[in-house]
Amino acid sequence: MNATAAAAHAGGLPPGYADPVVGAQATFRAALHALSRPGTIVRAAAPQGLPPGLSPAMTALLLTLADGDTPIWLPPQASEAARNYVRFHCGSPIVADAARARFIAVPAGAAMPALRDCPQGDPAYPDRSATLLVEVRSLGTGRPVALRGPGIASVARLAVDGLPDDFWAQWRANHDRFPLGVDVLLMHGDQLCGLPRTTVVED
Amino acid sequence: MNNAKNADPEPAARAAWMRVLALAQPHALGRACAGLGQLPDHRWLRKPETGMAMVRARSGGNGGRFNLGEMTITRCAVTLDAGTIGVAYVQGRDAAHAERAAVLDALLQLPGWHDRVQAEVIAPLARAYDERLAAQAQRAASTRVEFFTMARGEDQ
Repeated sequence: MNATAAAAHAGGLPPGYADPVVGAQATFRAALHALSRPGTIVRAAAPQGLPPGLSPAMTALLLTLADGDTPIWLPPQASEAARNYVRFHCGSPIVADAARARFIAVPAGAAMPALRDCPQGDPAYPDRSATLLVEVRSLGTGRPVALRGPGIASVARLAVDGLPDDFWAQWRANHDRFPLGVDVLLMHGDQLCGLPRTTVVED
Repeated sequence: MNNAKNADPEPAARAAWMRVLALAQPHALGRACAGLGQLPDHRWLRKPETGMAMVRARSGGNGGRFNLGEMTITRCAVTLDAGTIGVAYVQGRDAAHAERAAVLDALLQLPGWHDRVQAEVIAPLARAYDERLAAQAQRAASTRVEFFTMARGEDQ
């Protein structure tokens, strides 16, 4: 029942958090910090077991945020083991159409759906939009961009490697749709960084 | 339940033994479990957690659906080293009951254990449950009141 035994046990279903309440609260706090201080890199509480193909931060956020009311989009190439993990531990329906998802999980190497194709919310309920969880090659290295907006005193610099080439152009269009639009959490390993729709990006 | 011997039991057969395990009295299940001797190691997929579930019913068995009330349930899930997953949802707050039920659910899916657990645990517990139910029905039947309508003469 320890972490090594869980990791060695590749065939079966890995466990979630050893203590679901403490783990989910720590990760929720990290996500809250990441979204209220865009550009800051924080760490998620890593779960005890990880499904194949998902990073600790992605798994932690899904365990923390997703439940039976939040359909999750996973890319077509996501393994059956990862789908089973999400079904069992989160109880969330898995949808193939990004337009019907609440959380859009993009593991490393998978193609990200265009931001405008994800649910943008409703003018009366802008919160009914999707949140994208995107794994990148690295956080903290690569060409930095300047971020401005609520939660940033003057300018924050964020270096990300592994986003699609047109991501920042899509991000500007997303910001222009405010108060509609999507929010993005970028992650690598157990690190994560928030991009709420209020954040303005400058080159 | 001979068709339940393979690794992937029929859902109906599995539901039947999960029902017996969930409805068993915790101490009776504990005794039956102890009789099996050393059980294989297991680890938690989901530690026992207690919560409420809404029980819904239909009036008269076929009328409109209504919320009968909430009940306390404890659920957990374990996995054996072979990768078999056992799940339990039991009434009440007894975590040990839920754990035993989940382990036995996993063992019942293993061909090497199925017949023994079925004979030594499930069959006696199912019998005990039927006897409890029959005794309860008997007690209730003895208080039964038949209502008669007396003719009052208006129809004549």
